[in-house]
Amino acid sequence: MTTSELTLPRGAGTERRGRGRRRVMGAGKQLHAGPVTYVVLTVFALVSLAPLVWTAVAASRTDRRLAETPPPLWFGGNLFTNLQSAWDEAGLGTAMVNSVIVAGTITVSTVVFATLAGFAFAKLRFRFSGLLLLLTIGTMMIPPQLAVVPLYLWMSDLGWSNQLQTVVLPSLVTAFGTFFMRQYLVQALPTELIEAARVDGASSLRVVWHVVFPAARPAMAVLGLLTFVFAWNDFLWPIIALNQQNPTVQVALNSLGTGYVPDQAVIMAGALLGTLPLLVAFLLFGKQIVGGIMQGAIKG
Amino acid sequence: MTGSKQALAQPASSADAAPGSQPGAARGAHGRGAPAGADSWRSRLYRWDMKASPYAFIAPFFILFGAFSLVPLLYTAWYSLHDVQLSSLDRQTWAGLDNYKNLWASDFFWTALKNTFTIGVISTVPQLLAALGLAHLLNYRLRGSTVWRVVMLTPYATSVAAATLVFTLLYSWDGGMVNWILHFFGVDPVNWRESDWGSQFAVSSIVIWRWTGYNALIYLAAMQAIPTDLYESAALDGANRWQQFRHVTIPQLRPTILFTVVVSTIGATQLFGEPLLFGGVSGSKGGSEHQYQTLGLYMYDQGWIIGNLGKASAIAWSMFLILVIVAVINMLFTRRLRKSQ
Repeated sequence: MTTSELTLPRGAGTERRGRGRRRVMGAGKQLHAGPVTYVVLTVFALVSLAPLVWTAVAASRTDRRLAETPPPLWFGGNLFTNLQSAWDEAGLGTAMVNSVIVAGTITVSTVVFATLAGFAFAKLRFRFSGLLLLLTIGTMMIPPQLAVVPLYLWMSDLGWSNQLQTVVLPSLVTAFGTFFMRQYLVQALPTELIEAARVDGASSLRVVWHVVFPAARPAMAVLGLLTFVFAWNDFLWPIIALNQQNPTVQVALNSLGTGYVPDQAVIMAGALLGTLPLLVAFLLFGKQIVGGIMQGAIKG
Repeated sequence: MTGSKQALAQPASSADAAPGSQPGAARGAHGRGAPAGADSWRSRLYRWDMKASPYAFIAPFFILFGAFSLVPLLYTAWYSLHDVQLSSLDRQTWAGLDNYKNLWASDFFWTALKNTFTIGVISTVPQLLAALGLAHLLNYRLRGSTVWRVVMLTPYATSVAAATLVFTLLYSWDGGMVNWILHFFGVDPVNWRESDWGSQFAVSSIVIWRWTGYNALIYLAAMQAIPTDLYESAALDGANRWQQFRHVTIPQLRPTILFTVVVSTIGATQLFGEPLLFGGVSGSKGGSEHQYQTLGLYMYDQGWIIGNLGKASAIAWSMFLILVIVAVINMLFTRRLRKSQ
């Protein structure tokens, strides 16, 4: 009997059970929404979406038009010129490539290391595990400001200023990720499954590969999405560590916004370009991202 | 405990059984016969693997986390006691508490502290109240419930930088959308960037826009975990919907509300990108009168615009101390809440 044979039916079983429970719980309590609910929700939705839609409207106009009253409410014809200026002159092109590299690396490393550590905290016994977990949770609340001065001094010592590894290295793991995976694996990974693999003489690495990773896959995907959003949008450390010579998207947007001769239409085109990848991700995986945030909330 | 012990014992016994003739003897047979030796080497490796693997699994996380989060925390404290200038990084002289004295004697520090507090309150309170109401609505059975949730979360996909650039344009004095809408209500154009309350309100509104949906989802998750029979018995007692919300939902959500208050407070304490970009060219000053310079912004200004990294470290540690105080107050509050229940 191989471990993967064992994993599949059980994993599927727990998933099904979980979904069923949720349906039963909701059924008794949830009232049907009335028209007023829909009206208020529509207002909330408009407030959420309007600034984004208007970004596209403003990006399709000219700088001069944006200074006039009334402000434009519909698209003009300058979208592609402005996108081009943002892409070439403001360096959004380089920035997008850099951001994909940075956020991609951070995502993979956070997910893998968080799963390993989360598994250890959830299912293995070792000395000081309680204390170390408490330390992890406690430090989730430390602001990034507490790290940037030493990081800056070290990176300048290494002669790394303005290189991508300066932004990647400090973000390779997060306390949140480890805690998130731990909370998921505590309930989603049956201890008997690990024991069964052990009985078959599987080493720890094999257990991780054939039992833990398959069981953790849904949570890994969600953590990956959340981490990517976080890494793509990270602001403080990147604008200290990098400049316009080799920017990430946020660094390029910062230079655009603090430039001396701001062209508002190009700035809006830049904001649009820099947000687009995440909007696409939300369109494709919105359900999973919403589920991940709600899941993290119950246990957090 | 029993789980791992069992797992330990079983492969050992199967290794014992393998030589066939003398079960039990194999355990002490290190390196005697070739096959028995191989087996016990294997079981020793196995035992070592069981003992060491948890540490191996947490090692990458703690090494990276320690090196880039915990150690810098301590180094920041160290640098806050030194004179460190951006212009001459290799000359770091001991300064004792000078940076802190300097800081506490500076009006800008107290202005920044006050601004951080004001902006924190006017961004957090409406945001969490709106999130609570929104979660309540999302908790009804809705057509396309997932779509509604995703839509409420889209501002969260927008980065601080992008959102602030857009809002700055919306708030511009002439030709700005906000002033144009206000003029229909007979309001004169507001100079959002220069006025005290106007700029603080504008900065707060960016925070509110980005985070309301996120917090609503957190409340929604907690609402869905409230046992149904609580509502049923409340309904039997004749409670209407509003009373159910007040006397069942809110008390059940109390831990979650406390959690979001803590998280938002932490977020408000380190607020930085919004006021920086809202200010445009001279953003790090937080306006001509420093009217929206927050602590996070003040730290960046002192460290990387003025170039005094020692003082910036002292500001960072002051922020940390404020958060520790908040955490302690929160702990006492939670404990009292628990006792009173």
